[in-house]
Amino acid sequence: MMRFILPLVVFLVLAGFLYVGLGLHPHEVPSPLIDKPAPAFSLPQLDQPAKQFSPAEMKGKVWLFNVWASWCESCKDEHPVLLDLAERKLVPIYGLDYKDKPADAQAWLNTAGNPYKLVAQDTDGRVGINYGVYGVPETYIIDKQGIIRYKQIGPITMQNLRAIILPMVHKLEQQP
Amino acid sequence: MIPEIGHFALIVALMLALIQGVLPIYGAARGNAVLMGVARPVAVGHFVFVAMAFACLAYALLTNDFSVLYVAEHSNSQLPAHYRFAALWGGHEGSLLLWTFLLTVWTVAVTQFSRHLPQEMVARVIGVLGLISVGFLLFMLLTSDPFERLLPAAMNGRDLNPLLQDPGMVIHPPMLYMGYVGFSVAFAFALSALLGGHLDATWARWSRPWTTVAWVFLTLGIALGSGWAYYELGWGGWWFWDPVENASFMPWLAGTALIHSLAVTEKRGAFKSWTVLLAIGAFSLSLMGTFLVRSGVLTSVHAFATDPRRGIFILAFLVVVIGSSLTLFAWRAPKVGLGGKFELVSRESFLLCNNVLLSVAAASVFLGTLYPLFMDALGYGKLSVGPPYFNTVFVPLMVPMVLLMGLGPIARWKKANIPDMWVRVRWAFGASVVIALLLPFVLGKWTPLIALGLLLACWLISSVLLDLRKRMLREGGIKTQSRSYYGMQLAHFGVAIFIIGVTLVKGYETERDVRMAPGDTVAAGGYTFRFDGVRALSGPNYEGKQGRVVVMKNGQPVGQLFPQKRIYDASGMPMTEASIDAGLFRDLYVSLGDAIPNSGGAWAVRVYYKPFVNWIWAGCVLMAMGGVLALSDRRYRIHARKKQETHSTEHTATHEASAAGMTTGSKPA
Amino acid sequence: MKKVLIALLLCLLPMYVYAGEAKPLAKDPAVEKRLVNLAQNLRCLVCQNESLAASQADLAKDLRQEVREMIKKGMTDQQIKDYLVARYGDFVLYDPPVKKTTLVLWYGPFALMLIGLAVLFYQLRKRRRTVLETELTPEAQQRATALLNDEENNQA
Repeated sequence: MMRFILPLVVFLVLAGFLYVGLGLHPHEVPSPLIDKPAPAFSLPQLDQPAKQFSPAEMKGKVWLFNVWASWCESCKDEHPVLLDLAERKLVPIYGLDYKDKPADAQAWLNTAGNPYKLVAQDTDGRVGINYGVYGVPETYIIDKQGIIRYKQIGPITMQNLRAIILPMVHKLEQQP
Repeated sequence: MIPEIGHFALIVALMLALIQGVLPIYGAARGNAVLMGVARPVAVGHFVFVAMAFACLAYALLTNDFSVLYVAEHSNSQLPAHYRFAALWGGHEGSLLLWTFLLTVWTVAVTQFSRHLPQEMVARVIGVLGLISVGFLLFMLLTSDPFERLLPAAMNGRDLNPLLQDPGMVIHPPMLYMGYVGFSVAFAFALSALLGGHLDATWARWSRPWTTVAWVFLTLGIALGSGWAYYELGWGGWWFWDPVENASFMPWLAGTALIHSLAVTEKRGAFKSWTVLLAIGAFSLSLMGTFLVRSGVLTSVHAFATDPRRGIFILAFLVVVIGSSLTLFAWRAPKVGLGGKFELVSRESFLLCNNVLLSVAAASVFLGTLYPLFMDALGYGKLSVGPPYFNTVFVPLMVPMVLLMGLGPIARWKKANIPDMWVRVRWAFGASVVIALLLPFVLGKWTPLIALGLLLACWLISSVLLDLRKRMLREGGIKTQSRSYYGMQLAHFGVAIFIIGVTLVKGYETERDVRMAPGDTVAAGGYTFRFDGVRALSGPNYEGKQGRVVVMKNGQPVGQLFPQKRIYDASGMPMTEASIDAGLFRDLYVSLGDAIPNSGGAWAVRVYYKPFVNWIWAGCVLMAMGGVLALSDRRYRIHARKKQETHSTEHTATHEASAAGMTTGSKPA
Repeated sequence: MKKVLIALLLCLLPMYVYAGEAKPLAKDPAVEKRLVNLAQNLRCLVCQNESLAASQADLAKDLRQEVREMIKKGMTDQQIKDYLVARYGDFVLYDPPVKKTTLVLWYGPFALMLIGLAVLFYQLRKRRRTVLETELTPEAQQRATALLNDEENNQA
């Protein structure tokens, strides 16, 4: 008798999974770097190419590492939110200009405003690959020990800022 | 105006589908002939209105009505007419309309070819088909209306994706959908049998031709898709185990198992509940495929644009259809008897063994396709399951299946005579082993996989030929065997051809990825390819460059190839059109990469030598032909003769009865 | 002098024969071959289910270049895969790793086959015992013969 009900039971379990599946995002690639040290690098700064920037300089601070490019449409959507965030001085934002021409990047920041404390220039995208960047914009929250604690895939919006990013930054600030 | 008529026609069709779905089934339960009699006419009416909607959408596409959103999204005024028509199924909404239209076509076919069936059965079958149609029509009307307007109208459409602007687009989807939808008939027969409690060999006899036709269409549809990908995508591949490809392969595997299971049930009245479950399963997998392609749960190049709301609807529909049919199964199947007796080793058990293997294969493909979703849903992160997995898992399952395919037809029904079988096959098996061990060396390279493939193919071919020979000799002549038998052997032969194609192509293909300036040559597969540069090209809705490659063997020219690089006007999308010199024993395949700047006209060119690649699709065509041959079997035409006989005997009986002064009751249907 | 020049020209002749042979597109075909083999089993992260080998996306080109350099550096296939997995997760592999969470995936089909065949075997054995075969009664036998003869006549 049992074996006749089995197909139905299996199907209902499957349907449950499919239902949950509808709420998932199969395109998103979660980062395996969460809770791991931010990969080290040394890149020239956008505005002062002679000077280098390295994440090691940021030890002791909680900061946002925003990967963007002047050719990226969604970055333009994200930009006002970043400007607002920078103005409120809640958390420092450092930029990684990914696979971009420095002239274009600088021109964009001049026109649209610059929310970044500074921007590192990743022209060939190697550092991006090290960080597991696969699309722009992406943003990492890095804590005082230089450990990546969260990766925002896609633009930062007022919504995810309020719901996830700011609370996490706040929590990380409390830590030594 | 026309789109509104189309929309209205869908609404009327929905009403009719509701009537078709509810009244006949209720009538069958109550024994009410009037209600049951409603089935056929309403089904025809339903078909007429869906056909009307189909025609309206086609009209909107052919007349470039860009005030219809669907037309604006999938078509363009510069698109040649046949592609504008094919764009009807180029997107989600239109393909749903195609699905529904084909469902009504199948339903009308059932109304026409079911005169010999009992009325309750016909009523239930048509009723179930009607209920399925209700689901699809509701889906369209509530979430995916093909006739939605775009106001103000667009100046021109977004164009059909250039990859789809190909004859393949005109035939592959309709064939494939004929297959998917066709399994709904087997499904309806199964539910009808469960509802009516008449689950016996006769039911299997009636279901079988419908299942075979659907299977034939699905086989051809999948083969067409694979062949199209091969010549269209430019990298010579023909199967990627993509979720959407798997979505078509799973019903095919279940359908193949179903055909064979029906054979056992028809012969022995045995394993009925398993056969019914397969019938439910094959169609459920078709529906599941619909869900996977349109809901966004899986990533695929073939997937339609997604929307969670649509996903929820289809899931609900799936739960209703599959859930209720499996509930019906759980309730009714235990009451079905066990059927006839047969030995542990017999043709029946071989067939059933193969069924288990086919079902496990379908389950494995299912597991691999959905595993990423399961992992993600359980919070174990994201995973990819691709060709390496499927190839590793599928090939070992194929091996015992093919071995059984050779043994099954020579095994006796009820009780197989093993010593006798061994005597018959030992030379075939031995010869296959020898060929498998030696032939690869002759062809140039020996690997275990090539040897395995050749072993399986030779085994299959030799067992088919040996059995044919034996039957001809024993019983004298072609006419002694039924078409059903020839169909089976042809289909199995087709599998062998397919295996040869896959084995030899994978084993011996060569690829050369080179830069060629005009005059340069490259060698592959014993041929020499000379690049003669490119010239400008202009098409109906694209511009580009066309290269010329001259193929030579032993210094003699044997052909010319014209690979193209196109840029489509409407979308600006670049496309590479490979050029193929197709042959029975090899394909020579050339595609253009990018022009190399500052090089005096040099281009990146990819050249492939693909031996026996067309045997892959030839094998599928042979399989389909086997199915068609089996369908034309005498026993499916007997009913026509029987009708004549019963008609004449009834006539005599009536005559005698009235002569004796008695009145006859109403004639049985 | 003239003789020297002619001799030099003659030396160039083989080059004319050779000049027509197309050069491989890749700078180093052996490396490229390894790259293609690896890349066919890696996923393009920004595509709708395409392999790293086949994709034309920018990120795919970058990653292929990265893999090329890793091959030149002498890294093994496993090391290259580990490198990519460290950055992108298991998602980037089309060949899912065998872990605790993928045991069902890899061994499921085989287990299912064994279970299926076992159940079938059990069912077949059971049916041998439970299904009773009834003998045909003489009348039924006669009817059967008559029907079969009838059918044969109809065939002819």
